[in-house]
This record gives sequence, C-alpha cells and structure tokens, in this order.
Amino acid sequence: MADSPLIEFRNVNFSYGTRPVLKGVDMSMSRGQVIAIMGGSGSGKTTLLRLIGGEVSPSAGSVSVAGQTVHELSRDELFRLRRKMGMLFQFGALFTDLSVFDNVAFQMREHTDLPESMIRDLVLMKLHAVGLRGAHHLMPAQLSGGMARRVALARSIALDPMLVMFDEPFAGLDPISLSVVGGLIRRLTDTLGMTSILVTHDVQESLQIVDYVYFLADGVITAHGTPDEVRESKVPFVHQFVHGETDGPVPFHYQAQTYSQDLGIGVMKSV
Amino acid sequence: MVKQLKVFIESVGHRVVDSIWRLGYATRFILLVLLKSVPGFLRFRLITREIYFAGVLSLIIILVSGLFVGMVLGLQGYETLQKFGSESAVGTLVALSLVRELGPVIAALLFASRAGSAMTAEIGLMKATEQLAAMGMMAIDPIARIIAPRFWGGVFSMPLLAAMFSVTGIFGGYLVTVVFIGVDEGSFWSQMQSAVDFRYDIVNGVIKSGFFGVVVTAIAVFEGFDAPPTAEGVSRATTRTVVTSALAILGLDFVLTAFMFRGVS
Amino acid sequence: MQRTMMDFWVGLFVMAGIGALLILGLKAGNLTDFQPEGSYRLVGNFENIGGLKVRAPVKSAGVVVGRVADIQFSTQTYDAVVTMKVDTHYQFPKDTFASILTSGLLGEQYVGLLPGGDEEMLKDGEKIMKTNSAIVLEDMIGRFLFDKASEKKDTDPKI
Repeated sequence: MADSPLIEFRNVNFSYGTRPVLKGVDMSMSRGQVIAIMGGSGSGKTTLLRLIGGEVSPSAGSVSVAGQTVHELSRDELFRLRRKMGMLFQFGALFTDLSVFDNVAFQMREHTDLPESMIRDLVLMKLHAVGLRGAHHLMPAQLSGGMARRVALARSIALDPMLVMFDEPFAGLDPISLSVVGGLIRRLTDTLGMTSILVTHDVQESLQIVDYVYFLADGVITAHGTPDEVRESKVPFVHQFVHGETDGPVPFHYQAQTYSQDLGIGVMKSV
Repeated sequence: MVKQLKVFIESVGHRVVDSIWRLGYATRFILLVLLKSVPGFLRFRLITREIYFAGVLSLIIILVSGLFVGMVLGLQGYETLQKFGSESAVGTLVALSLVRELGPVIAALLFASRAGSAMTAEIGLMKATEQLAAMGMMAIDPIARIIAPRFWGGVFSMPLLAAMFSVTGIFGGYLVTVVFIGVDEGSFWSQMQSAVDFRYDIVNGVIKSGFFGVVVTAIAVFEGFDAPPTAEGVSRATTRTVVTSALAILGLDFVLTAFMFRGVS
Repeated sequence: MQRTMMDFWVGLFVMAGIGALLILGLKAGNLTDFQPEGSYRLVGNFENIGGLKVRAPVKSAGVVVGRVADIQFSTQTYDAVVTMKVDTHYQFPKDTFASILTSGLLGEQYVGLLPGGDEEMLKDGEKIMKTNSAIVLEDMIGRFLFDKASEKKDTDPKI
C-alpha cells in the first residue's frame, strides 16, 4: 500500500469542446513527495489539477487518487475524497468577507463538530506554521500578495490533507516571498507527511524544492525526471524551458499564414 | 441580398434560441438553489447575515424615497382633489396608491438597484477570484453555502421593505397635507380607513412584494453566478441585473394587478 | 461582537417591518372592523341594485353594521339577490326595510337598513322581505317627464 502511487494518470485525454487539451497523459506520483508539473502557459497544467479534484472528467482514460477512480465516484464519495485534498488557487482565493482566522477555520467549522476553543487552537497552530499567527484578525484585503498566499496555504492544510495541489503558487510574488512560500511547501510536506503537486512555470524556484518534475507540452508529457536529471537534460524542449531560451521547439511565433501572405506581399503574381 | 437576409434571419434565430436556452438554464439554477436551501435554514445565521446586507443596508434609501414619494403624492393629490372640493379624500389617494402599487413597485426597483446589484457583483467577484471554486474543492457546495442564503435573505427582506416604504409614504402624505396644508386630520385617516381594505389592498400588496422579492433576488444571484469571471463580465452582469429586474418588476406588476384587482371595486 | 451587532440590526429590521405591516393594517386599513367570526348572513332581493358592489358597507342610522358579501342575479324572480354579512352585535327585527342608497350626490352606494317594530329578530340566512331598489337617475327623469306630459294633457283644453 505504501508503495502504490497516490495518484495515477492512465492515458488521460481531455478536450474543451472540440479543442484537445490533453492527449494521452500517463503519470504516477508517489506519497510524501513534492512533484512539479511544468509547461508553458496554456499547456493544460491546471486542467490536470481539475481532473484530480474531480471538477472535470476525462474524455478517455482515468485518473485515480488513493486507489479510487475519480470520475466514477458519486457526488458524496467525491466530496468525501475532496476533504482529504487541499488546493491553493492561483491568487489564493481567500474568502474576502471573512477574516484570516475565519478563512482558516472555515473548513473546520463546516466539516467538523469541534468545539470553538479547539478550533481556535488549531487555527492558530496552522497560522503559526506559515508564520502569520499575529495576522489572524486581519481581513484578506489588508494582506500583501505573499501573506495572502501563505494564509491560503494555511487554509489548504487546515484539515491535514493527504494531498495538496498548488496552482501557480509563485505567480506574482517578489523574490523573498517566493522563497518563503517555496520553503514552506517543502517543509510542510515533510512534517505533515502529505503529498504536494505544484503546477508552475517558475523553473528555478521549483527545481530547488521538488522531488520529481513532469514537463507538459501540447497535451503530452514530453519529459520527466528528478531535478538533477532535468538540469542535465539534453531534450530540446526541457533545455529550452529550463534555460529560458526564446526560440526552440516551442516556437516564438503563434501558428499563422506566412508573413508575406499576411502582409499581402505574396500576391505579386497578379501584378 | 438574399444572402444578407439569410444572415439576418439566422442572427434573429440565434438570439431567440440563445435567450430561451438561458431562460431554461436560469430556471434550472433556481430550482437547484431551492433544492439546496435546507442547510441554510438549519443554520439560520447564514440567512440573518444576508438579511442584514440586503435588508438593513437598503433601509435608508427605502425610507427616504418612501417619505418623498408620499409627500409628492400628497401635494399632487391635494392640488387635483381640491378642484372637486374633496381634498379630504387625499388620504385615500395616498394610501391606496402606495399600498397597491407604488410601495411594492418602487421598493422593488430600489431594492434591485441597491441590494440586487450588490449581490450580483459580490457573487461575480467571488467567482472571478476563484472563491467559489475553492469552496467546491473544500467539499462545500457553493450553491448551498453562498447562493441559497443570499436568495432567501432577499426574499425575506423585500416584503418588509415594501411595507416600510408604504408606511413612510403615508406619513409623508400626512405631513404635507395635514401638517403643512391643513387638511382635516380626522377625515384624512377615516376616509383612508374606509377605503383601504385589509384583505384586498394590503394583503395583495404584500403578496406582490413577495413575488418581486423572489424575482429580483433570483435574477441577482443567477447573473452573479453566471457572470464571466472577468472585471468586464462582472460589471456587465451587474448592469443586466438592474435592467432585467426593472423590466421583470414592471411586467409582473401588470400581470399580478390584472389577476388581483379584477372585478373588485 | 460584530455578529451580535448584526443580529441586533436584523432583529430591529424584522420588527420594524412587521410593525409597518401592522400599522398599515390598523391605521391605514380596516383591520379594526374585520371580525369574520362575529357575523351572520341576511339576504335581500332587489329589483335594481344600481351601482352596488361587493364589499359595499351595510349601514343603519349611518353606522356601518356589515358589508355586502355577494351579489347574484336570480333567474327565477329576475331580480338581484344581495347577501350581506352583518355583525352579530346588531340584531334587526323581521320587518326591517332594506334600501340601496347613495352617500352624497355622487358617492358610493350602500345598503341602508331601517328597523321596523316586530318582536321577532332576523336569523342567519333569512330573507329581508321589504326592499327598496336603488334610485336610477334615468328612470327618475323619465318618470318626471311622463308626469309633466300627463299634467299638460289634463289642463290643455284643446285636446
């Protein structure tokens, strides 16, 4: 049981309408690790998370979490599974009408019958873990971007989930907040014994904290490996991505007619 | 030419099909809200909160508008009625117009622009900032937790607001005609009382405002939930809430009036 | 502390709303003379009811004692059957006279009850035998002209 992967993608296909997003993705993620899924913008990374959370169903193939096939679960079973998951949305998605304390306490109050005094202790512990115990009375609008991300992190681990998904946890953060959040993800994963999945395009920061990396491009996994393997990789796409080169397998230009055609220079023959 | 006509007809058809589809979608959404209302009633504090935001915060605009509408009614009614020497009937005029029509209708219009638009904007923003999705991922149904309490808060608040509007309106009419102009106070109230019937006028007015409350809040929560998750989408949805609510209130008012006051007096 | 503040306002709001409804009912409306349990029915047949409507007041000596509950047309007697709900406090003798009157020159029409001297009282559902129809202006003018014309005929020696 301990050796079986927590999450398995088997030949997953998915499309929004007629536009295919994922084309036969195979992945397996083991417990207790921090796994990054990297890829350019719009390559379907976030869709992977939504498949794990059961927000959308694959058009072919299957996603299984802890041995359960997500899209075959009933609504109640899915909700029960989601209680064991945490998710950190791109910009935190804190409830703007609740204070920091109430945000973290939200799931405890909704899902458990714990007495208020115990909830208070638990919330302060979670906030302490992200270093914001002193900010528990603030409203989300009073927080900086990095603080909001940390509160959201505290909220996503409120019920001690087995799995936390991070959607672009580093987007829009200054370098200090960035390494604070990165360090927190690593430390919390280790101390709480959970599994973390990062969807990101911040290569340098993530390579420092993750155990395993998947590269997603055009809906397929083009490469995967440990951070060291990735840094040394000679696969053209990985090389371009890791070293941030503008041209390579990922073209600079969006698919178009030839330049001369678009500018009308190609119609010389009519003259 | 033929091709242009075809394109035109197609665009008309597209719009019709689109709006019918949307109407069906909205209906299904509201049914879903009703089905998921039970948790909100079990935790009434969620609804209390929404009554505060929809009802209490709309009080000022409702009371001030009611006072002025009543004062204008009193003034205009007096001007016209005194030509026929029946200025003591001004109480009847003020009370009947407020209780039957203006109370429910104007209160609902104000409610739509004050509370309805705020509701749409709030829900739309929660959607745009992924708060609704986050709630779903926490295994909490956003329709039961966010939408249903707001819906019921609005539905409860509306008839109360309409009644307060009518009362301040009648007081405004009293102020202008009795206190300022000097119409006899006794005949002001007695004529009003003999003309305003509890069952046919007041209860019907309350029923009307109940209908308006359901329609306005249903439109507001639906538009918010359906808004495209962008700044522009939310602002458009807010506008649509006010416009659609206003049209719905006035149209529904005619239908309800036709049913309620047919063949009576 | 914020929550109790909110609860306070909501409580005040709901109470004010219900209070407003009560004020509407008591001060502006006729809830005070709304006594559904304490009334009995009287029926009267009228040749012509003029503009009498359901819910019109029933008065005796100018005091409202009840309201018109129902107006039907009878195909047996070819006249109007008016059902009135009268307050049980007010009992009327058997030979009470019911007529349809108008308050003021152009005011609303109502049923006026003029009590007679009978010992026995009218009971629930009983019929008032002596009725007087509404005065219809056209009939009155017609009768007046007819009278004038016949007067002329008597005095005119040529015809």
